[in-house]
Amino acid sequence: MKEPLIDLKNITKSYDGQVILDDLNLSIYENEFVTLLGPSGCGKTTTLRIIGGFETPDKGHVMFRGQDITQMPPHKRMLNTVFQKYALFTHMTIAENVAFGLKIKGKSKSYIQDKIKYALKLVNLEGYEKRKPDSLSGGQQQRIAIARAIVNEPKVLLLDEPLGALDLKMRQDMQYELIRLKNELGITFLYVTHDQEEALTMSDKIVVMNQGYIQQMGTPEKIYNEPENAFVADFIGESNILDGIMIWDRLVEILGVRFDCVDTGFGTNRPVDVVIRPEDVILLDPERAPLRGIIKSVIFRGVHYEMAVEAGGFVWKVHSTRMFPEGTEVGIRVEPSNIQIMNKPESEDEEAVGRNGEK
Amino acid sequence: MEKSRKLLAAPYLIWMIAFTVIPLLMIVYYGLIDRNGSFTWENVMAMVRPEHLGALFLSLQLSVVCTIVCLLLSYPLAMILRGKGVNQSSFIVFIFILPMWMNFLLRTYAWLNLLDDGGIIHTICERFGLPTVSLIGTNAAIILGMVYNFLPFMVLPLYNALMKIDENIINAAKDLGANNIQVFFRIILPLSFPGIVSGITMVFVPSLTTFVVSDLLGARKIMLIGNIIEQEFSTADNWYLGSGLSLVLMIFILISMAMLNHYDKNGEGTSF
Repeated sequence: MKEPLIDLKNITKSYDGQVILDDLNLSIYENEFVTLLGPSGCGKTTTLRIIGGFETPDKGHVMFRGQDITQMPPHKRMLNTVFQKYALFTHMTIAENVAFGLKIKGKSKSYIQDKIKYALKLVNLEGYEKRKPDSLSGGQQQRIAIARAIVNEPKVLLLDEPLGALDLKMRQDMQYELIRLKNELGITFLYVTHDQEEALTMSDKIVVMNQGYIQQMGTPEKIYNEPENAFVADFIGESNILDGIMIWDRLVEILGVRFDCVDTGFGTNRPVDVVIRPEDVILLDPERAPLRGIIKSVIFRGVHYEMAVEAGGFVWKVHSTRMFPEGTEVGIRVEPSNIQIMNKPESEDEEAVGRNGEK
Repeated sequence: MEKSRKLLAAPYLIWMIAFTVIPLLMIVYYGLIDRNGSFTWENVMAMVRPEHLGALFLSLQLSVVCTIVCLLLSYPLAMILRGKGVNQSSFIVFIFILPMWMNFLLRTYAWLNLLDDGGIIHTICERFGLPTVSLIGTNAAIILGMVYNFLPFMVLPLYNALMKIDENIINAAKDLGANNIQVFFRIILPLSFPGIVSGITMVFVPSLTTFVVSDLLGARKIMLIGNIIEQEFSTADNWYLGSGLSLVLMIFILISMAMLNHYDKNGEGTSF
């Protein structure tokens, strides 16, 4: 295994007696796009600020290429941050903003000129040198903030919810932009967001956090398809989270009905959490299904219909391209491979959201 | 709708016309006529008379010094306040503006009692056998009085300007490699410029025109331009000359404000 670029070791941080991060360990490798994903207050921004040097952990160490930088002030660290609300220097022109870090480092004029040109081209804002930040749109300002950071050739770019203040269309465009930038620059991106779609689109690795703990770490596919606990399942995309009993390997009882599944190794007659994605619920003729229910509501969502189906005392979220009118009796079936079995949380800390999908 | 909104401005307009525009026109009128009511430049040109020019020059000197002292005292204070929590800093600001709740004259009389020959400071010095110097009637005494009275007008706009600077902008500068000194000169100082302009305006103008402070603490030995104008109106009963000199002083102030605002490109300094 290659050596991590950034290594967080046993990081603990609390404010006013409230623990924000508890014994956090995280390794980030070169050239990765890592996303810290979680609801507000989960400690993701604090983690980023500790890496950036704007906060000092109560306990633990921040290692950068094996060197302890826990106490190093931000201006000496080899990383740069893109802040949530851009934090551009409003009294300077775009060119002066981009040049700031290089001027501080005392680079030559011609080098700085070349770099400004290169960076503005990279973020598709050539010719904006003389403009002032307030005359730019939110998306353009954010690009300048990125250009201002990357001209310094940091080893790691820290991004603190950089798209949070942009509208939907702009946000989607910027996601592709960021992926392109990361590929062109070949540097490590550490990205913080509460938006699961952003995380799934851009990341090589997602770190799902809640209440100061890492809930799950892995590729977007892994996180989405095989959530390790109810919190992750609920936070990443929509899901039906049900109480179930693992009868034996490959057979689970949900709402009194037995379903085939593919999971093994949970023992026999053991209570488990069962996650079924709304798009994996198949609605069909009630005669041919193990579980029957009534359509409670139908909402058209463009790509699919979002329906609530009451069956076996549980309201299922169902996404389907086929519409059933309200009040119709339907049957529910799920492919065995789409039933995800998870252990019940062992401690209260892990149990971050309520059962059955209520937040 | 549009009409009723305009009506809301009526009280302000009436006030402005009655107490600003009309008096101003009267000053212009009096400044440009002689006792017989015929037009003359004499009252305005009287400023170049040596005794007036000297007083104007001294006024400028003292008010510039006063403004600089206020700025040097206020900026560090405002920086400290910026670093404190909201509760703490508003308490300190409160302490600072507390003297403003007392009458301006009263405060200046208090300084007179402290500095006067045979006043409190003299008495204490004599008690301890220390030599005494005459404090009253010096330029320093006037500057002290002006700084004491006008300091809050410098602190408040500076405090406002510094509080408006987003912490993340400072963090961004540090992130880009700037140390604390570079952050101060490249980020904080330029971004607080509107506050500096506003503070200078609010201290410089009253200290240039004051006559109360110089009257009391100058012990009638030091004549500032404010004193001369005041005397023309009160003792000399020459409204024409007083108005003429006032006009010149006003033009002086307008020019200096225009120079300041030239540097304050966003025009935020005037919107305190």
